[in-house]
Amino acid sequence: MEREEGEGELDGLHTLAIVLLLFAALKLLYLLGLMDTEDKNDDDLEMTMVIHRPEGLDQLEAQTNFNKKELQVLYRGFKNECPSGVVNEDTFKQIYSQFFPHGDASTYAHYLFNAFDSEHNGSIKFEDFVTALSILLRGSTREKLQWTFNLYDINRDGYINKEEMMDIVRAIYDMMGKYTYPALRTDTPRQHVDAFFQKMDKNKDGVVTLDEFILSCQEDENIMRSLQLFENVI
Amino acid sequence: MAAGVATWLPFARAAAVGWLPLAKKTMPKPPIDKKSRSDEILFVNVSGLRFQTWKNTLDRYPDTLLGSSEKEFFYNEDTQEYFFDRDPEMFRHVLNFYRTGKLHYPRHECIQAFDEELAFYGIVPEIIGDCCMEEYRDRKKENQERLAEDNEAGEGGDAPLPPNSTSRERLWRAFENPHTSTMALVFYYVTGFFIAVSVIANVVETVPCRPIKGTVKDLPCGEKYSLAFFCMDTACVLIFTFEYLMRLFAAPSRCKFMRSVMSVIDVVAIMPYYIGLIMPENEDVSGAFVTLRVFRVFRIFKFSRHSQGLRILGYTLKSCASELGFLLFSLTMAIIIFATVMFYAEKGTKGTNFTSIPAAFWYTIVTMTTLGYGDMVPNTIAGKIFGSICSLSGVLVIALPVPVIVSNFSRIYHQNQRADKMRAQQKVRMARIRLAKKGTTNAFLQYKDDGGLQDHDSDSTALCVKNRSAFEHQHHHLLHCLEKTTNHEFTDELTYSEVCMTESVGYRTSRSTSLSSHQGNSSSCCPRRAKRRAIRLANSTVSVSRGSMQELDTLQVHKTSLAPQSRSSLNARTEDLKLNCDDRDFTAAIISIPTPPANTPDESLPPSPAIPGILRNSRSGSFPHDPVKISSL
Repeated sequence: MEREEGEGELDGLHTLAIVLLLFAALKLLYLLGLMDTEDKNDDDLEMTMVIHRPEGLDQLEAQTNFNKKELQVLYRGFKNECPSGVVNEDTFKQIYSQFFPHGDASTYAHYLFNAFDSEHNGSIKFEDFVTALSILLRGSTREKLQWTFNLYDINRDGYINKEEMMDIVRAIYDMMGKYTYPALRTDTPRQHVDAFFQKMDKNKDGVVTLDEFILSCQEDENIMRSLQLFENVI
Repeated sequence: MAAGVATWLPFARAAAVGWLPLAKKTMPKPPIDKKSRSDEILFVNVSGLRFQTWKNTLDRYPDTLLGSSEKEFFYNEDTQEYFFDRDPEMFRHVLNFYRTGKLHYPRHECIQAFDEELAFYGIVPEIIGDCCMEEYRDRKKENQERLAEDNEAGEGGDAPLPPNSTSRERLWRAFENPHTSTMALVFYYVTGFFIAVSVIANVVETVPCRPIKGTVKDLPCGEKYSLAFFCMDTACVLIFTFEYLMRLFAAPSRCKFMRSVMSVIDVVAIMPYYIGLIMPENEDVSGAFVTLRVFRVFRIFKFSRHSQGLRILGYTLKSCASELGFLLFSLTMAIIIFATVMFYAEKGTKGTNFTSIPAAFWYTIVTMTTLGYGDMVPNTIAGKIFGSICSLSGVLVIALPVPVIVSNFSRIYHQNQRADKMRAQQKVRMARIRLAKKGTTNAFLQYKDDGGLQDHDSDSTALCVKNRSAFEHQHHHLLHCLEKTTNHEFTDELTYSEVCMTESVGYRTSRSTSLSSHQGNSSSCCPRRAKRRAIRLANSTVSVSRGSMQELDTLQVHKTSLAPQSRSSLNARTEDLKLNCDDRDFTAAIISIPTPPANTPDESLPPSPAIPGILRNSRSGSFPHDPVKISSL
């Protein structure tokens, strides 16, 4: 009897020891940060935003075709939306989607963002914003067409091929949404792209270069006339 | 360098005269001060409240908006002041920061509004002075928690999955939100059931059963029906293992999943079984490892996935960890003190229970927590006195950290209540948001119907169109440009479904059928549809549209019912139909004409006398396709 009791005690102590060991191991893991506690409150006031300040007003006025007053107006609007001074892609997509509530503007906003983001670092600063606006609104015809070419040329290799054009056109059609008249068919974008290439690709080599693009656009009076439409946007 | 130091710099430099007699070499030339020494007062107008401050004050912090050249963007030449369209009350605090170098947080302001102002002025919140830092931190944490919950309630809720999610993502979602699909719900209940079964089996297996025939001693049921219990245990462990592996497979980030608390609990719950399997039937070792079976009780913690209350409790305990630690520590101190005292007080008594200080621990704990089993009782007077002091102080020490824990629990519990309420209201909110969104989409359609896309010079522009804001005009112009680019029009759901309906019904013309046979992949809605419109080339020639007369009928009727005024005006002037853009373009609103008889000798389209006005299309340019005939009835 005595021995059994003694063994019982020993067994119990074994259990206790193992339980304590396990808890100590868990605590060690927790301390070492290996165990995730889903409690992210330790990083209280981390600096999440990168504040960017634009160049001086005079410099921007020299670099772009805007005058001081217009730059002030533009900056005020920009700063209101993005106090940190930069726009990242998600914010841009959100903003752009608000103008096209019918459909899905996120794909096209992605291409547009890449066209604005001259340094390809994932964020648009005020300088990028104002430079692009200056080209689009106050630039020469050639500059505008070059900007458009850069928008279409997704991989920036100097050529627009059919796949790139298909992506862009499909993104544009996505913005229309589902309820259109006439109803969109799945080969609508392809036909659109084929027509475009028929017109733009002068030497029929399957890609459109910058010169072909500019030449073709300059031949089309409609395009030339429409380019002037947006000059009084600001 | 702190702000105030700059003011003392001239003094320090002047005092450098005292070094001159001692200097070994000649002094260097001082830097040329290009800036003018005179200071000027700047005017800052914040939403009408005019502030005035020295320029030097603002220059103290050159990496903020007011201290850098960025404020020039807000300079108003006419009034010679800087105008900011922000909250004037908050600006007071911002300006005080420049003046005193310490940023204070106003207690009555919303934390997020304050943060936004700081972000606008380019001030990092870390500079908040010590007097206000704690308040700021607390409120920010509270706000973040609340936002995190709302986000969770929003996203993790019953939102529909993106259409092209992989099976892995769907599986993960089914695990996290059992309410999304019936399969997930079934699985959820099955695992819950098996957890319960496993725990109950663990408990029942130790209950003494009637002994086997022939023996006297009572056996625990576990040993009597050992095979049955073993099978049940195996089944449960198999299910748990399967569930764990599935979760591991579906987890978006396997590392993160393996480190989470729930996964550790899962592993600890099933490990003993496997260890028991591989452990050899060794006498010495198995004794200790049989005690591993005690870990099977961990399976009860798996219920925390199923029960929110358990999770709240766990979270509360975790957040009160420091208070609990303090309680434990102070209790340990008190136990040791009192146990020692009791031991020495009772040492002299014969046959006493207080054989050693560790033995006295038991008495102290039982007394301090006011349990009082009575198995160990002091006999001496000194022992009784100390015993009573022990029990009185025990009550106090335990009562101290309890309110803290309770308040934590109540805060977390209320947060959860709020989250549940949020989730319940989510559907209503989403419906309302969708309604608001539809409002903006319908605004454009309404705009079109009111004839807003016409030239603004014409007198027939409706008054309601003129009264729209400039923003609306420009936005509608943008949408209209998109329509022109794609040569498709925006419609609402009603029209779209009508169009689909009429097109799928009533196909009488062979031309349309022959056309439809040319279709490649048509949209799912309208499988047999005539080619309404060839794709318009970029800004150039115009397409042709044809259609069956029946479509024309319905559509015409529909359109005319919506906008009588514009139609009539357009009807009147069919010659020089000046539409919104230049005359080469067509709006889709104007339905084109039936196929000219020259092209379709094999069909006879019935005339449509009742149609009030098929509009005229002006011809333009060269068409790549069949010519469009103008007809008006």
